[in-house]
Amino acid sequence: MGAPLEALRGRSVMISTERQLTAALALCELDGIARRMLLCTPDMSPTHVSSAITDAEIDTIVTDGGGPAKNVAHDTSLIFVGDRLKPCEGTPDRSVDTEWLLLTSGTTGRPKLAVHTLASLVGPLNDGLVVQDAPVWSTFYDIRRYGGLQILLRAFVGGGSMVLSSAGEPVADFLSRAGANRVTHISGTPSHWRRTLMSAATSRMNPRYVRLSGEACDQAILDNLRQAYPDANVAHAFASTEAGVAFDVRDGQAGFPASLIGQIGKDVSIRVEDGSLRIRSSRVADRVIGNHGRALSDAEGYVDTGDIVELRGDRYYFAGRREGVINVGGLKVHPETIEAVINQHPAVHMSRVSGRSSPITGAIAVAEVVINPSAAACGVSFAAIRNEILGLCRGRLAPHEIPVTIREISSLEIAASGKLVRRHA
Amino acid sequence: MSIRSIILERVTMIAEQQGKQLAPLTDELPLLNSGLDSLCIAIVVANLDDELGLDPLSSDDQSAFPVTLGDFIRLYEDAAA
Repeated sequence: MGAPLEALRGRSVMISTERQLTAALALCELDGIARRMLLCTPDMSPTHVSSAITDAEIDTIVTDGGGPAKNVAHDTSLIFVGDRLKPCEGTPDRSVDTEWLLLTSGTTGRPKLAVHTLASLVGPLNDGLVVQDAPVWSTFYDIRRYGGLQILLRAFVGGGSMVLSSAGEPVADFLSRAGANRVTHISGTPSHWRRTLMSAATSRMNPRYVRLSGEACDQAILDNLRQAYPDANVAHAFASTEAGVAFDVRDGQAGFPASLIGQIGKDVSIRVEDGSLRIRSSRVADRVIGNHGRALSDAEGYVDTGDIVELRGDRYYFAGRREGVINVGGLKVHPETIEAVINQHPAVHMSRVSGRSSPITGAIAVAEVVINPSAAACGVSFAAIRNEILGLCRGRLAPHEIPVTIREISSLEIAASGKLVRRHA
Repeated sequence: MSIRSIILERVTMIAEQQGKQLAPLTDELPLLNSGLDSLCIAIVVANLDDELGLDPLSSDDQSAFPVTLGDFIRLYEDAAA
Protein backbone atom coordinates (compact mmCIF):
# COMPACT_ATOMS: atom_id res chain seq x y z
CA MET A 1 0.00 0.00 0.00
CA GLY A 2 2.40 2.66 1.17
CA ALA A 3 1.88 6.38 0.88
CA PRO A 4 3.94 9.18 -0.55
CA LEU A 5 5.85 10.94 2.18
CA GLU A 6 4.75 14.32 0.87
CA ALA A 7 1.13 13.50 1.77
CA LEU A 8 2.15 13.58 5.41
CA ARG A 9 3.62 17.08 5.35
CA GLY A 10 2.31 19.18 8.25
CA ARG A 11 0.19 16.31 9.57
CA SER A 12 -0.14 15.28 13.21
CA VAL A 13 0.75 11.63 13.06
CA MET A 14 0.34 8.79 15.52
CA ILE A 15 2.82 5.97 14.95
CA SER A 16 1.22 2.69 15.96
CA THR A 17 3.26 -0.34 15.04
CA GLU A 18 3.53 -3.99 15.80
CA ARG A 19 7.26 -3.96 15.08
CA GLN A 20 9.87 -1.66 16.57
CA LEU A 21 11.70 -1.46 13.25
CA THR A 22 8.69 0.01 11.43
CA ALA A 23 8.38 2.65 14.16
CA ALA A 24 12.08 3.52 13.80
CA LEU A 25 11.75 3.89 10.03
CA ALA A 26 8.61 6.02 10.35
CA LEU A 27 10.38 8.34 12.80
CA CYS A 28 13.32 8.73 10.42
CA GLU A 29 11.16 9.49 7.44
CA LEU A 30 8.66 11.79 9.12
CA ASP A 31 11.05 14.02 11.06
CA GLY A 32 11.17 17.38 9.31
CA ILE A 33 7.98 16.55 7.36
CA ALA A 34 5.19 15.99 9.90
CA ARG A 35 3.96 18.66 12.31
CA ARG A 36 4.14 16.16 15.15
CA MET A 37 4.66 12.44 15.68
CA LEU A 38 3.19 10.60 18.64
CA LEU A 39 4.98 7.36 19.32
CA CYS A 40 2.68 4.68 20.78
CA THR A 41 4.25 2.44 23.39
CA PRO A 42 3.51 -1.25 22.78
CA ASP A 43 1.40 -1.66 25.91
CA MET A 44 -0.73 1.49 25.46
CA SER A 45 -4.38 0.78 26.29
CA PRO A 46 -7.19 1.49 23.79
CA THR A 47 -8.53 4.21 26.14
CA HIS A 48 -5.14 5.89 26.21
CA VAL A 49 -4.90 5.69 22.41
CA SER A 50 -8.30 7.41 22.09
CA SER A 51 -7.52 10.21 24.52
CA ALA A 52 -4.05 10.73 23.02
CA ILE A 53 -5.64 11.10 19.55
CA THR A 54 -7.87 13.85 20.92
CA ASP A 55 -5.31 15.61 23.13
CA ALA A 56 -2.58 15.62 20.49
CA GLU A 57 -5.01 16.54 17.70
CA ILE A 58 -3.89 13.53 15.70
CA ASP A 59 -5.18 13.54 12.10
CA THR A 60 -3.27 10.58 10.69
CA ILE A 61 -2.23 7.19 11.96
CA VAL A 62 0.77 5.53 10.40
CA THR A 63 0.73 1.83 11.09
CA ASP A 64 2.14 -1.50 9.94
CA GLY A 65 -1.31 -2.92 10.58
CA GLY A 66 -0.67 -3.58 14.26
CA GLY A 67 0.19 -1.73 17.41
CA PRO A 68 -2.09 -0.30 20.08
CA ALA A 69 -4.23 1.80 17.68
CA LYS A 70 -5.41 -1.38 15.97
CA ASN A 71 -9.12 -1.87 16.64
CA VAL A 72 -9.49 1.56 18.22
CA ALA A 73 -12.31 3.53 16.65
CA HIS A 74 -11.19 6.91 15.30
CA ASP A 75 -12.02 9.22 12.44
CA THR A 76 -8.48 10.03 11.36
CA SER A 77 -6.94 8.83 8.14
CA LEU A 78 -5.09 5.59 8.36
CA ILE A 79 -1.93 5.04 6.37
CA PHE A 80 -0.43 1.62 6.12
CA VAL A 81 3.25 1.27 5.60
CA GLY A 82 5.29 -1.76 4.91
CA ASP A 83 8.93 -1.30 5.54
CA ARG A 84 8.97 2.29 4.39
CA LEU A 85 6.98 5.16 3.03
CA LYS A 86 7.19 5.83 -0.69
CA PRO A 87 10.09 8.19 -1.25
CA CYS A 88 9.46 11.65 -2.70
CA GLU A 89 10.81 12.81 -6.00
CA GLY A 90 14.24 14.20 -5.26
CA THR A 91 15.25 15.23 -1.77
CA PRO A 92 12.29 16.14 0.43
CA ASP A 93 12.21 19.50 2.15
CA ARG A 94 12.71 18.71 5.83
CA SER A 95 12.31 22.20 7.21
CA VAL A 96 9.43 21.45 9.60
CA ASP A 97 10.51 21.51 13.25
CA THR A 98 8.66 18.28 14.00
CA GLU A 99 7.42 17.70 17.54
CA TRP A 100 8.12 14.26 18.99
CA LEU A 101 5.41 13.31 21.48
CA LEU A 102 6.35 10.65 23.99
CA LEU A 103 4.13 9.09 26.62
CA THR A 104 5.41 9.71 30.10
CA SER A 105 5.60 6.45 31.97
CA GLY A 106 3.22 5.64 34.76
CA THR A 107 0.30 7.68 33.68
CA THR A 108 -3.02 7.48 35.48
CA GLY A 109 -6.14 8.57 33.68
CA ARG A 110 -5.41 10.47 30.50
CA PRO A 111 -1.89 9.95 29.27
CA LYS A 112 0.55 12.81 29.56
CA LEU A 113 2.59 13.52 26.48
CA ALA A 114 6.04 15.07 26.71
CA VAL A 115 6.69 17.30 23.71
CA HIS A 116 10.25 17.03 22.47
CA THR A 117 12.04 17.90 19.26
CA LEU A 118 14.87 15.96 17.69
CA ALA A 119 17.16 18.63 19.15
CA SER A 120 15.99 18.08 22.72
CA LEU A 121 16.18 14.30 22.31
CA VAL A 122 19.71 14.17 20.98
CA GLY A 123 20.71 17.55 22.48
CA PRO A 124 24.44 18.01 23.00
CA LEU A 125 25.23 15.03 25.13
CA ASN A 126 28.67 16.22 26.16
CA ASP A 127 28.83 13.34 28.52
CA GLY A 128 32.31 12.25 27.63
CA LEU A 129 31.07 8.86 26.52
CA VAL A 130 33.87 7.60 24.35
CA VAL A 131 32.39 5.94 21.32
CA GLN A 132 34.94 4.22 19.18
CA ASP A 133 34.58 3.58 15.48
CA ALA A 134 31.61 1.51 14.42
CA PRO A 135 29.86 1.08 17.75
CA VAL A 136 27.09 -1.52 17.95
CA TRP A 137 24.29 -0.29 20.17
CA SER A 138 21.63 -2.29 21.89
CA THR A 139 19.02 -1.90 24.59
CA PHE A 140 16.71 -4.07 26.61
CA TYR A 141 14.16 -1.26 26.30
CA ASP A 142 11.62 -1.10 23.55
CA ILE A 143 12.71 1.79 21.33
CA ARG A 144 9.19 3.26 21.59
CA ARG A 145 10.00 4.22 25.19
CA TYR A 146 12.27 7.13 26.09
CA GLY A 147 15.09 4.89 27.36
CA GLY A 148 15.18 2.86 24.15
CA LEU A 149 14.64 5.83 21.86
CA GLN A 150 17.74 7.46 23.36
CA ILE A 151 19.86 4.52 22.23
CA LEU A 152 18.24 4.40 18.78
CA LEU A 153 18.95 8.10 18.28
CA ARG A 154 22.54 7.71 19.48
CA ALA A 155 22.95 5.06 16.82
CA PHE A 156 21.28 7.25 14.16
CA VAL A 157 23.17 10.40 15.00
CA GLY A 158 26.47 8.99 16.16
CA GLY A 159 26.73 6.24 13.60
CA GLY A 160 27.11 2.53 14.02
CA SER A 161 24.48 -0.17 14.03
CA MET A 162 21.93 -1.40 16.48
CA VAL A 163 20.53 -4.71 17.71
CA LEU A 164 16.90 -4.50 18.82
CA SER A 165 15.56 -6.59 21.66
CA SER A 166 12.21 -8.26 21.32
CA ALA A 167 9.42 -8.67 23.83
CA GLY A 168 9.05 -12.25 24.93
CA GLU A 169 12.48 -13.31 23.68
CA PRO A 170 14.32 -15.36 26.33
CA VAL A 171 17.15 -13.33 27.90
CA ALA A 172 19.75 -15.92 26.99
CA ASP A 173 18.71 -15.82 23.30
CA PHE A 174 18.91 -12.03 23.25
CA LEU A 175 22.36 -12.11 24.88
CA SER A 176 23.51 -14.62 22.26
CA ARG A 177 22.31 -12.32 19.48
CA ALA A 178 24.00 -9.35 21.17
CA GLY A 179 27.21 -11.34 21.42
CA ALA A 180 27.07 -12.63 17.84
CA ASN A 181 26.55 -9.06 16.60
CA ARG A 182 29.38 -7.74 18.80
CA VAL A 183 27.30 -5.26 20.75
CA THR A 184 29.56 -2.63 22.31
CA HIS A 185 27.09 -0.31 24.08
CA ILE A 186 23.97 -1.59 25.80
CA SER A 187 21.37 -0.12 28.16
CA GLY A 188 18.55 -1.33 30.35
CA THR A 189 16.89 -0.88 33.71
CA PRO A 190 18.45 -2.39 36.85
CA SER A 191 15.67 -5.00 36.64
CA HIS A 192 16.66 -5.90 33.07
CA TRP A 193 20.24 -6.29 34.28
CA ARG A 194 19.29 -8.42 37.28
CA ARG A 195 17.52 -10.78 34.89
CA THR A 196 20.64 -10.84 32.75
CA LEU A 197 22.77 -11.75 35.74
CA MET A 198 20.36 -14.55 36.63
CA SER A 199 20.41 -15.95 33.11
CA ALA A 200 23.77 -17.72 33.30
CA ALA A 201 24.34 -16.26 29.83
CA THR A 202 26.07 -12.98 30.76
CA SER A 203 29.30 -14.09 29.08
CA ARG A 204 27.62 -14.49 25.68
CA MET A 205 28.27 -10.81 25.06
CA ASN A 206 31.22 -8.62 25.86
CA PRO A 207 30.10 -4.97 25.80
CA ARG A 208 32.41 -2.06 26.50
CA TYR A 209 29.69 0.15 27.91
CA VAL A 210 26.87 -1.00 30.17
CA ARG A 211 24.26 1.57 31.09
CA LEU A 212 21.50 1.45 33.70
CA SER A 213 18.58 3.88 33.79
CA GLY A 214 14.89 4.15 34.53
CA GLU A 215 15.06 2.92 38.11
CA ALA A 216 17.11 3.53 41.22
CA CYS A 217 20.35 1.65 41.00
CA ASP A 218 21.72 -0.14 44.07
CA GLN A 219 25.31 -1.04 44.89
CA ALA A 220 24.76 -4.81 44.47
CA ILE A 221 23.73 -4.54 40.83
CA LEU A 222 26.67 -2.23 40.04
CA ASP A 223 29.17 -4.56 41.74
CA ASN A 224 27.74 -7.62 40.03
CA LEU A 225 27.82 -5.99 36.60
CA ARG A 226 31.41 -4.88 37.09
CA GLN A 227 32.31 -8.45 37.92
CA ALA A 228 30.36 -9.87 34.99
CA TYR A 229 31.79 -7.33 32.51
CA PRO A 230 35.25 -6.42 33.74
CA ASP A 231 36.14 -4.75 30.42
CA ALA A 232 33.08 -2.50 30.40
CA ASN A 233 32.41 0.95 31.78
CA VAL A 234 29.34 0.56 33.95
CA ALA A 235 27.33 3.78 34.19
CA HIS A 236 23.98 4.66 35.67
CA ALA A 237 22.02 7.53 34.23
CA PHE A 238 19.57 9.99 35.68
CA ALA A 239 16.87 10.65 33.13
CA SER A 240 13.13 10.92 32.69
CA THR A 241 10.86 11.34 29.69
CA GLU A 242 10.03 14.92 30.74
CA ALA A 243 13.44 16.05 32.03
CA GLY A 244 15.51 14.17 29.47
CA VAL A 245 18.88 12.62 30.19
CA ALA A 246 20.56 14.75 32.85
CA PHE A 247 23.82 13.03 33.66
CA ASP A 248 25.37 9.66 34.25
CA VAL A 249 27.57 8.37 37.03
CA ARG A 250 30.55 6.18 36.19
CA ASP A 251 32.46 5.74 39.42
CA GLY A 252 30.79 2.39 40.13
CA GLN A 253 29.02 3.71 43.22
CA ALA A 254 25.27 4.00 43.78
CA GLY A 255 23.84 7.51 44.03
CA PHE A 256 25.77 10.51 42.77
CA PRO A 257 28.50 12.74 44.23
CA ALA A 258 27.19 15.87 45.94
CA SER A 259 29.85 17.76 43.99
CA LEU A 260 27.67 17.38 40.87
CA ILE A 261 25.13 19.83 42.31
CA GLY A 262 25.33 22.99 40.25
CA GLN A 263 26.55 23.02 36.71
CA ILE A 264 27.44 19.75 34.98
CA GLY A 265 29.29 20.45 31.77
CA LYS A 266 27.96 23.20 29.57
CA ASP A 267 24.31 22.26 29.23
CA VAL A 268 23.02 20.73 32.44
CA SER A 269 22.41 22.14 35.91
CA ILE A 270 21.00 20.17 38.80
CA ARG A 271 19.88 21.13 42.26
CA VAL A 272 17.98 19.66 45.18
CA GLU A 273 14.98 21.57 46.43
CA ASP A 274 12.37 20.38 48.94
CA GLY A 275 14.22 17.09 48.94
CA SER A 276 13.82 16.32 45.25
CA LEU A 277 16.22 16.41 42.33
CA ARG A 278 15.66 19.25 39.83
CA ILE A 279 17.16 19.31 36.37
CA ARG A 280 17.67 22.11 33.88
CA SER A 281 19.07 21.23 30.48
CA SER A 282 18.59 21.54 26.76
CA ARG A 283 17.19 18.03 26.81
CA VAL A 284 14.14 18.94 28.89
CA ALA A 285 10.83 18.53 27.02
CA ASP A 286 9.34 21.75 25.68
CA ARG A 287 6.05 21.13 27.50
CA VAL A 288 3.70 18.37 28.55
CA ILE A 289 0.28 17.90 26.97
CA GLY A 290 -2.34 16.75 29.49
CA ASN A 291 -0.49 18.11 32.53
CA HIS A 292 -3.60 19.93 33.78
CA GLY A 293 -2.10 23.28 32.85
CA ARG A 294 0.83 22.83 35.22
CA ALA A 295 4.11 24.16 33.89
CA LEU A 296 6.78 21.54 33.34
CA SER A 297 9.55 23.69 34.77
CA ASP A 298 9.87 26.47 37.33
CA ALA A 299 10.67 30.11 36.55
CA GLU A 300 14.37 29.28 36.25
CA GLY A 301 13.77 26.37 33.92
CA TYR A 302 14.27 23.53 36.42
CA VAL A 303 12.11 20.41 36.10
CA ASP A 304 11.20 18.61 39.31
CA THR A 305 11.97 14.93 38.66
CA GLY A 306 9.90 13.92 41.71
CA ASP A 307 12.85 11.75 42.78
CA ILE A 308 13.51 12.26 46.48
CA VAL A 309 17.25 12.18 47.24
CA GLU A 310 19.03 11.96 50.57
CA LEU A 311 22.50 13.28 51.34
CA ARG A 312 24.64 10.71 53.15
CA GLY A 313 28.27 11.67 53.52
CA ASP A 314 29.36 13.23 50.26
CA ARG A 315 26.78 11.49 48.04
CA TYR A 316 23.12 11.78 47.31
CA TYR A 317 21.10 8.56 47.29
CA PHE A 318 17.67 7.89 45.82
CA ALA A 319 15.08 7.66 48.60
CA GLY A 320 11.78 7.25 46.77
CA ARG A 321 9.31 9.19 44.71
CA ARG A 322 7.55 12.32 45.87
CA GLU A 323 4.06 11.30 44.90
CA GLY A 324 4.56 7.73 46.00
CA VAL A 325 4.90 6.28 42.50
CA ILE A 326 6.20 2.74 42.77
CA ASN A 327 8.68 1.58 40.17
CA VAL A 328 8.18 -2.16 39.62
CA GLY A 329 10.94 -3.27 37.30
CA GLY A 330 10.81 -0.02 35.34
CA LEU A 331 7.01 0.02 35.15
CA LYS A 332 5.63 2.84 37.22
CA VAL A 333 2.64 2.11 39.40
CA HIS A 334 0.43 4.77 40.92
CA PRO A 335 -0.84 3.73 44.36
CA GLU A 336 -4.09 5.59 43.73
CA THR A 337 -4.95 3.32 40.77
CA ILE A 338 -4.68 0.22 42.92
CA GLU A 339 -6.40 1.80 45.92
CA ALA A 340 -9.34 2.74 43.69
CA VAL A 341 -9.83 -0.93 42.80
CA ILE A 342 -9.38 -2.20 46.37
CA ASN A 343 -11.82 0.42 47.66
CA GLN A 344 -14.54 -1.02 45.42
CA HIS A 345 -14.81 -3.99 47.78
CA PRO A 346 -17.83 -3.29 50.00
CA ALA A 347 -16.02 -4.39 53.16
CA VAL A 348 -13.14 -1.96 52.62
CA HIS A 349 -13.30 1.36 54.43
CA MET A 350 -10.03 2.69 53.00
CA SER A 351 -6.69 1.46 51.75
CA ARG A 352 -3.15 2.55 51.18
CA VAL A 353 -0.76 1.07 48.63
CA SER A 354 2.95 1.60 48.94
CA GLY A 355 6.18 0.23 47.59
CA ARG A 356 8.26 -2.38 49.30
CA SER A 357 11.84 -2.71 48.15
CA SER A 358 12.68 -5.81 46.16
CA PRO A 359 16.12 -7.09 45.17
CA ILE A 360 14.60 -8.43 41.94
CA THR A 361 12.33 -5.70 40.57
CA GLY A 362 13.49 -2.73 42.66
CA ALA A 363 10.07 -2.49 44.28
CA ILE A 364 6.77 -4.30 44.54
CA ALA A 365 3.32 -2.99 45.48
CA VAL A 366 1.88 -3.87 48.89
CA ALA A 367 -1.47 -2.83 50.38
CA GLU A 368 -2.87 -2.04 53.79
CA VAL A 369 -6.62 -1.97 54.24
CA VAL A 370 -8.99 -0.76 56.92
CA ILE A 371 -12.16 -2.85 57.09
CA ASN A 372 -15.60 -1.23 57.53
CA PRO A 373 -16.87 -1.56 61.10
CA SER A 374 -20.13 -3.02 59.76
CA ALA A 375 -18.29 -5.69 57.76
CA ALA A 376 -16.06 -6.46 60.71
CA ALA A 377 -19.17 -6.91 62.84
CA CYS A 378 -20.55 -9.55 60.45
CA GLY A 379 -17.64 -11.79 61.35
CA VAL A 380 -16.40 -12.37 57.78
CA SER A 381 -12.78 -13.47 58.00
CA PHE A 382 -10.10 -11.12 56.70
CA ALA A 383 -8.62 -13.99 54.68
CA ALA A 384 -11.88 -14.28 52.74
CA ILE A 385 -12.02 -10.51 52.14
CA ARG A 386 -8.40 -10.53 51.04
CA ASN A 387 -9.08 -13.21 48.45
CA GLU A 388 -12.01 -11.22 47.09
CA ILE A 389 -9.88 -8.07 46.90
CA LEU A 390 -7.23 -10.02 45.00
CA GLY A 391 -9.91 -11.28 42.65
CA LEU A 392 -11.01 -7.68 41.96
CA CYS A 393 -7.40 -6.63 41.37
CA ARG A 394 -6.69 -9.53 39.00
CA GLY A 395 -9.70 -8.58 36.91
CA ARG A 396 -8.80 -4.92 36.58
CA LEU A 397 -5.08 -4.40 37.03
CA ALA A 398 -1.91 -5.40 35.24
CA PRO A 399 0.10 -8.16 36.97
CA HIS A 400 2.74 -5.73 38.32
CA GLU A 401 -0.02 -3.58 39.86
CA ILE A 402 -1.58 -6.36 41.92
CA PRO A 403 -0.50 -5.97 45.55
CA VAL A 404 1.84 -8.73 46.60
CA THR A 405 0.64 -8.59 50.19
CA ILE A 406 -2.60 -7.22 51.65
CA ARG A 407 -2.50 -6.49 55.35
CA GLU A 408 -5.35 -5.45 57.62
CA ILE A 409 -4.73 -2.43 59.82
CA SER A 410 -7.05 -0.61 62.21
CA SER A 411 -6.63 2.90 60.82
CA LEU A 412 -4.73 5.00 58.29
CA GLU A 413 -3.28 8.39 59.07
CA ILE A 414 -4.82 11.37 57.28
CA ALA A 415 -2.79 14.58 57.04
CA ALA A 416 -4.11 18.06 57.82
CA SER A 417 -4.45 18.52 54.05
CA GLY A 418 -7.08 15.78 54.12
CA LYS A 419 -4.80 13.48 52.16
CA LEU A 420 -3.64 10.05 53.09
CA VAL A 421 -0.19 10.19 54.64
CA ARG A 422 2.16 8.37 52.28
CA ARG A 423 5.63 7.19 52.92
CA HIS A 424 8.21 7.44 50.20
CA ALA A 425 8.14 4.25 48.22
CA MET B 1 9.62 -27.80 57.57
CA SER B 2 13.00 -27.35 55.92
CA ILE B 3 13.94 -24.16 54.12
CA ARG B 4 14.09 -26.15 50.89
CA SER B 5 10.54 -27.42 51.22
CA ILE B 6 9.24 -23.97 52.23
CA ILE B 7 10.87 -22.45 49.12
CA LEU B 8 9.52 -25.17 46.81
CA GLU B 9 6.06 -24.76 48.29
CA ARG B 10 6.16 -20.98 47.78
CA VAL B 11 7.42 -21.30 44.22
CA THR B 12 4.61 -23.72 43.38
CA MET B 13 1.98 -21.60 45.09
CA ILE B 14 3.01 -18.35 43.42
CA ALA B 15 3.28 -19.96 39.99
CA GLU B 16 -0.27 -21.20 40.44
CA GLN B 17 -1.54 -17.79 41.64
CA GLN B 18 0.12 -16.04 38.71
CA GLY B 19 -1.06 -18.62 36.19
CA LYS B 20 2.45 -19.73 35.24
CA GLN B 21 3.34 -23.21 34.01
CA LEU B 22 6.26 -24.46 36.12
CA ALA B 23 9.02 -26.65 34.75
CA PRO B 24 9.85 -29.73 36.87
CA LEU B 25 11.69 -28.31 39.90
CA THR B 26 15.27 -29.59 40.14
CA ASP B 27 18.40 -28.00 41.59
CA GLU B 28 19.85 -27.61 38.11
CA LEU B 29 16.82 -25.78 36.72
CA PRO B 30 17.81 -22.22 35.65
CA LEU B 31 15.45 -19.86 37.49
CA LEU B 32 14.67 -17.93 34.32
CA ASN B 33 13.59 -21.16 32.61
CA SER B 34 11.42 -22.22 35.53
CA GLY B 35 8.33 -20.52 34.16
CA LEU B 36 8.56 -17.73 36.75
CA ASP B 37 9.09 -14.20 35.44
CA SER B 38 10.91 -11.44 37.37
CA LEU B 39 7.70 -10.34 39.06
CA CYS B 40 7.00 -13.89 40.29
CA ILE B 41 10.54 -14.23 41.62
CA ALA B 42 10.15 -10.85 43.37
CA ILE B 43 6.93 -12.13 44.98
CA VAL B 44 8.63 -15.38 46.09
CA VAL B 45 11.47 -13.34 47.63
CA ALA B 46 9.03 -11.04 49.49
CA ASN B 47 7.03 -14.04 50.75
CA LEU B 48 10.18 -15.76 52.01
CA ASP B 49 11.24 -12.55 53.75
CA ASP B 50 7.89 -12.51 55.56
CA GLU B 51 7.88 -16.19 56.37
CA LEU B 52 11.55 -16.86 57.18
CA GLY B 53 12.74 -13.36 58.05
CA LEU B 54 15.48 -13.88 55.48
CA ASP B 55 16.26 -11.71 52.47
CA PRO B 56 19.73 -12.82 51.39
CA LEU B 57 19.41 -11.15 47.96
CA SER B 58 19.15 -7.75 49.63
CA SER B 59 22.04 -8.30 52.00
CA ASP B 60 25.09 -6.08 51.57
CA ASP B 61 27.55 -8.93 51.19
CA GLN B 62 25.52 -10.61 48.48
CA SER B 63 28.14 -11.73 46.02
CA ALA B 64 26.27 -13.13 43.04
CA PHE B 65 22.79 -13.47 41.68
CA PRO B 66 21.42 -17.02 41.78
CA VAL B 67 21.23 -18.71 38.40
CA THR B 68 19.67 -22.06 39.21
CA LEU B 69 16.96 -23.06 41.66
CA GLY B 70 19.68 -24.89 43.62
CA ASP B 71 21.71 -21.64 43.91
CA PHE B 72 18.60 -19.86 45.09
CA ILE B 73 17.83 -22.43 47.79
CA ARG B 74 21.49 -22.47 48.92
CA LEU B 75 21.44 -18.68 49.38
CA TYR B 76 18.62 -19.05 51.89
CA GLU B 77 20.13 -22.11 53.59
CA ASP B 78 23.43 -20.26 54.00
CA ALA B 79 21.68 -17.15 55.28
CA ALA B 80 19.85 -19.23 57.89
CA ALA B 81 22.99 -21.08 58.99
